[in-house]
Amino acid sequence: MQIYRSHVLVCSGTGCTASGSAGLFDEFESQLKANGIENEVKVVKTGCFGLCAEGPIVVVYPEGSMYCRVTKEDVSEIVSEHLVKGRIVKRLLESNKDQQAASADAENTDFFKKQMRIALRNCGRINPENIDEYIAEDGYEALGRVITSMTPEEVIDVMLKSGLRGRGGAGFPTGRKWDFARRSVSDKKYVCCNADEGDPGAFMDRSVLEGDPHVVLEAMAIAGYAIGSDQGYIYVRAEYPIAVKRLEIAISQAKEYGLLGKNILGTDFSFDIELRLGAGAFVCGEETALMTSIEGHRGEPRPRPPFPAVKGLFQKPTILNNVETYANVPRIILNGAEWFSSIGSERSKGTKVFAVGGKIKNTGLVEIPMGTTLREVVYDIGGGIPNGKKFKAAQTGGPSGGCIPASLIDTPIEYDTLIEIGSMMGSGGLIVMDEDTCMVDLAKFFLSFTVEESCGKCPPCRIGTKRMYDILDKICSGKGELSDIDDLYALASAIKNSALCGLGQTAPNPVLSTLRYFKDEYIAHVVDKKCPAGVCKNLLQYRIVADKCRGCSACARKCPVNCISGEIKKPFVIDQSKCIKCGTCMDTCKFGAIVKE
Amino acid sequence: MKSLEELRALKAKVKNDMSLRDGSEDTRVVVGMATCGIAAGARPVMNAFLEEVSKRNIKNVQVTMTGCMGLCRLEPIVEVIDKDGNKVTYVKMNAEKASRVVAEHLVNGRVVTEYTIGAAAQ
Repeated sequence: MQIYRSHVLVCSGTGCTASGSAGLFDEFESQLKANGIENEVKVVKTGCFGLCAEGPIVVVYPEGSMYCRVTKEDVSEIVSEHLVKGRIVKRLLESNKDQQAASADAENTDFFKKQMRIALRNCGRINPENIDEYIAEDGYEALGRVITSMTPEEVIDVMLKSGLRGRGGAGFPTGRKWDFARRSVSDKKYVCCNADEGDPGAFMDRSVLEGDPHVVLEAMAIAGYAIGSDQGYIYVRAEYPIAVKRLEIAISQAKEYGLLGKNILGTDFSFDIELRLGAGAFVCGEETALMTSIEGHRGEPRPRPPFPAVKGLFQKPTILNNVETYANVPRIILNGAEWFSSIGSERSKGTKVFAVGGKIKNTGLVEIPMGTTLREVVYDIGGGIPNGKKFKAAQTGGPSGGCIPASLIDTPIEYDTLIEIGSMMGSGGLIVMDEDTCMVDLAKFFLSFTVEESCGKCPPCRIGTKRMYDILDKICSGKGELSDIDDLYALASAIKNSALCGLGQTAPNPVLSTLRYFKDEYIAHVVDKKCPAGVCKNLLQYRIVADKCRGCSACARKCPVNCISGEIKKPFVIDQSKCIKCGTCMDTCKFGAIVKE
Repeated sequence: MKSLEELRALKAKVKNDMSLRDGSEDTRVVVGMATCGIAAGARPVMNAFLEEVSKRNIKNVQVTMTGCMGLCRLEPIVEVIDKDGNKVTYVKMNAEKASRVVAEHLVNGRVVTEYTIGAAAQ
């Protein structure tokens, strides 16, 4: 096959596609042609590099130069400078943005240095629509070894010894799940993949599917061999069109190569995978609801036991693992259980991918060894909080998780320590908050999500979360009483104990954890009728400081409801009865004379 | 695909192309491609290297480019740097010389002394 002197990798994950990477690929091809070097340089579409905040991202090898926020106009410069003349375009380099010594190799930037990529190892390196590139990176070697030289028991033994735990949130040991399903006797068993990523802000599964779809297919086939199944289903949300398309391409390529289908690699083992598209209901990420949905029914959970490993999809023994869990499996087979269990901490092995968002410089995807502290993620990898603000808290686990306050920023990130401090690993959304975030408002936001997404089957979740939301709304609008806080506790424990599925049972967590660490903010809302962060509109006032006001009338002219009046060159006043608290006056004032309190 | 051996054979074939992204301990063939190099005919030299390396399916070789070394009169200049950093500088290259360097130096490990800067610059 033809080799090239340089590879240009254009990110075509959802993040970079949204910021305009689609046109870059064609632009590179045409610019290369224009310069007559199309036979020397290859342009490749890849999955997500993780640094979505700086997208669209382009990486040029062999130098490994990572160019950020590349526009169509920049392409000709990259081609004529870097690819024709060999001069790296420094102004577009990632590291240049923080005035560090501009490093030409992306691996040396702070964002990547502390990361360890196992699940994401191929994302941003290979072309996800080309099975050959996956195979070049040891792809399907693990499946080949498993089905030609290992017994199902040996496979399960490796998984058990590796210590891999489910990456979807609950952290159940993967090997034990497989072992249960293996022991269930049945004529038919199923392997399912949960790709119904629903937590607000989490997108690591999407990135794996978009950047390395074959790894999921390979791992599912390995799981099928281990438990004795010949049929897999991937339940993926239809809102992930790029992931769906790449999965379809991957499945058809794997079938063409005989790596899925009948008698894989000439053995007796047969395995097939089909896609099922979800309509985007949050509850369908819950395992029993997900299987009900695959069966063609309305996605509602059912009580467990029986557990899926005994009676799952179509009443047959089923295993259901998350995308990221599967993405670890082939590496564990290839490198061995000891290798995997040497990474991470005592009780949490391996790495975890986090989708870091909110008030942080480097929004994006990071994969870190378990046991890394939150401080390292926020400050070293994430680049800290923008605009010189202070770190207040981080929310992990989305609407099922809780917040980690600044006082606990040195907590190692592991399944058990997070639960001890009232949060949870969850699927890996990590939302960073600064001093401008109101914790009551935050709890209200997550509850509004649960209220909207509750499937309505059980009353504790359907009615209970709505009542909790109403109380939070009351507190935020300044009508709260101290007894409301007690009511929140009572409702939370009732819902936790009686809801049907994990979704309802964990719905009160954001309220409980903010109450645990930020009770003073609740009290401030209820007793002092103040919102310390200045977020809850009904609890704040804009006021003009007479000493500082020069009477220029700039604010009065901008006010959309004309509630500011006064004489030129004398202090102006805001009519509080008419003020809608939009904050325009504060943004307009050049003298800092308007305060929010 | 009917066997694991077939899968591994395919992998061996496609691996070479991907090694460029590893930054691994490859031998690097660096072609001077500044204006002086290009004017003196570096592009056909570069293409000859790429072609020969793919044709012979040589592992662990990167063909890449660099700017002007300041020895414009000796262009096209090609440097072959092994994984330990030992460098051989070939000067006044052309496509035929490139194929010979591939055959002798990259495949058999014998430096083509007559094209090196020490010999050819005289």
